[in-house]
Amino acid sequence: MVNENLVQDVVKEPYKYGFVTDIETEKIEKGLNEDIIKLISQKKEEPKFLLDFRLRAFKKWQKMKEPDWAALGYKKIDYQDIIYYSAPKQKEKISSLDEVDPKLLETFDKLGIPLTEQKKLTNVAVDAVFDSVSIATTFREELAEHGVIFCSISEAVKNHADLIEKYLGTVVPASDNYFAALNSAVFSDGSFVYIPKGVTCPMDLSSYFRINSGDSGQFERTLIIAEESSSVSYLEGCTAPMFDTNTLHAAVVELIALDDASIKYSTVQNWYAGDEEGIGGIFNFVTKRGKCLGKRSKISWSQVETGSAITWKYPSCLLLGEESVGEFYSVALTNNLQQADTGTKMIHIGPKTKSTIVSKGISAGNSKNSYRGLVKMGTKATGSRNYSQCDSMLIGDQASANTFPYIKSQQPNSEIEHEASTCRISEDQLFYLQSRGIEFEEAVSMMVSGFCRDVFNQLPMEFAAEADKLLALKLEGSVG
Amino acid sequence: MQSKMKESDPILEVENLSASTDNLPILKGVSLAVYPGEIHAIMGRNGCGKSTLSKIIAGHPSYNITNGDIKFLGENINSLEPEERSQSGIFLGFQYPIEIPGVSNLEFLRVSTNARRKFLNKEELDTFDFEELVKEKLEIVKMDHAFLSRSVNQGFSGGEKKRNEILQMALLEPKIAILDETDSGLDIDALRIVASGIKKISNAQTGIILITHYQRLLDEIKPNYVHVMSDGQIIKTGESDLALELEIGI
Repeated sequence: MVNENLVQDVVKEPYKYGFVTDIETEKIEKGLNEDIIKLISQKKEEPKFLLDFRLRAFKKWQKMKEPDWAALGYKKIDYQDIIYYSAPKQKEKISSLDEVDPKLLETFDKLGIPLTEQKKLTNVAVDAVFDSVSIATTFREELAEHGVIFCSISEAVKNHADLIEKYLGTVVPASDNYFAALNSAVFSDGSFVYIPKGVTCPMDLSSYFRINSGDSGQFERTLIIAEESSSVSYLEGCTAPMFDTNTLHAAVVELIALDDASIKYSTVQNWYAGDEEGIGGIFNFVTKRGKCLGKRSKISWSQVETGSAITWKYPSCLLLGEESVGEFYSVALTNNLQQADTGTKMIHIGPKTKSTIVSKGISAGNSKNSYRGLVKMGTKATGSRNYSQCDSMLIGDQASANTFPYIKSQQPNSEIEHEASTCRISEDQLFYLQSRGIEFEEAVSMMVSGFCRDVFNQLPMEFAAEADKLLALKLEGSVG
Repeated sequence: MQSKMKESDPILEVENLSASTDNLPILKGVSLAVYPGEIHAIMGRNGCGKSTLSKIIAGHPSYNITNGDIKFLGENINSLEPEERSQSGIFLGFQYPIEIPGVSNLEFLRVSTNARRKFLNKEELDTFDFEELVKEKLEIVKMDHAFLSRSVNQGFSGGEKKRNEILQMALLEPKIAILDETDSGLDIDALRIVASGIKKISNAQTGIILITHYQRLLDEIKPNYVHVMSDGQIIKTGESDLALELEIGI
């Protein structure tokens, strides 16, 4: 059909974050073994418990097999051909932002994440991570006044070792899965958030991850702890340069919410997706999980996944506390030869727990977009409820969409609802909008945004606008 | 009759138009001219090409013009995009208005109205000003404000969809409106609302083409001309009493 081809053209959008920052970096040699792990731990001046944690994880990883159950096809990853630590060379100790290499500040400026005092975003504290290290964290003093800790995980290991030792690996154990084990062995940097009892975090917290080098993997680790009756909204953004090789990104994110605490975790993932022929792009294997430990606690995941050659990601909730709530709102857009296998797991353990899943998959080009989700009601989850809605939108006739819902219930006194739909942007819908004077590209973008509305409504305001823009960009074919 | 001298130039001229879809000829040489202030009715059995004619005038991409011209205000518009035709003042009221899930009716109407206003070099309206305008136009079709916050046509009853079409016509103020079976599926009250809406919007400078099966709309809006289509051609043209004859015949 005439218009289908046009839609194809419209979804082709050049990647605008594809630049490389030319900066001297310190890299260790390729490959993975115990010595490498010891070296990473030593470079980061870590306490012994953490080195032991890493080594135990590495032993487990060696015995594990790379999972192949996802609806993804890719060339085998050679884990010995990856550099596991890469950091921009900087002065030994940095006491203020003024001492950060201007090239790095400029990089984040270009990405729309200004870090310097004069330009920094108002009302959002940012932790900027460049390859394996955190460059800077803004608004630290202001946050500290409220008792909120927001820093890189490396710093937390040094300054808040008790919290790290108590919580690290308690939500995603090192043996959880192949990529989580790998991450536990070699994780470099990431963010740490601690919200003390009764505190509502005065501003949104945000981490921005930037992969710069082509041959090193990024293995970030994020840990967020919300104490009793506290709440926080956390945002995460990611970009990477265009390389014709695939870069591995295997992150682990752990969230812990105690009684009456709430954590909202939003992601806009825009890693480099590879070119039209599927050359290059990030392999994104991520384990994200939240534990609703306390009564009436709440963890809400929202994600807008537009980048990466491969996405393997299932932000999940363990609902332990009575009346705890888990939410998952997702938009995944794939184009060209991108593949995404994403979804969630809602594990209802405690009584009267509630979960909501809203997943919107948009597949264009020759891409493959799968939703995979598990809803499980345990024996004690009496009076628990789940509602799932999985919608797919197909653009063109070469893209594919799959939905794999898994439902396991051991509790007769619980409710599980699942709705799924697949639609296509029809020629009639486009013609209708066009016949009302709306340009073709705007019509497509209006319909895609309309399709994602339920999810965008869940994003923090600034982020919702950004996500809408990002999708529009991907769809409008204009250079931003 | 059509042949007599007119004081002004036609708004729309269809000249010997032939068109096909998937190599199947649908229109076989249709000619029609609509002058300012005129109302034309096109009647005929299902499949005679009435709806196709309206879609081709609006620029539907599924049809190929194999011969002939469509002229709007003297300019050939055969190759214009549907949005360009709309912006310049051609309106098609759909027989089956399309549902667009997730897109709010208010936002849709605003973007659409602004596209037309931009073409007319009028100031585009922000949400606030547009609310004012749309409130006024809602009166014409006796629609409730609540329609605006719903998704475009989604879950609307047949009558609500048709009224939403007339609301769009009221906002876009077209030079020519082609209303494809706007009367079908309406009860008599809704029909009267729609008909009086159409009359309020049209004036001595605009033209209207009503595509219909039924006399009852033409009782409300008296056409100047009635054309009968059959097998992709206009086989008969007459004045409004032709419709009566036809309905008895059908």
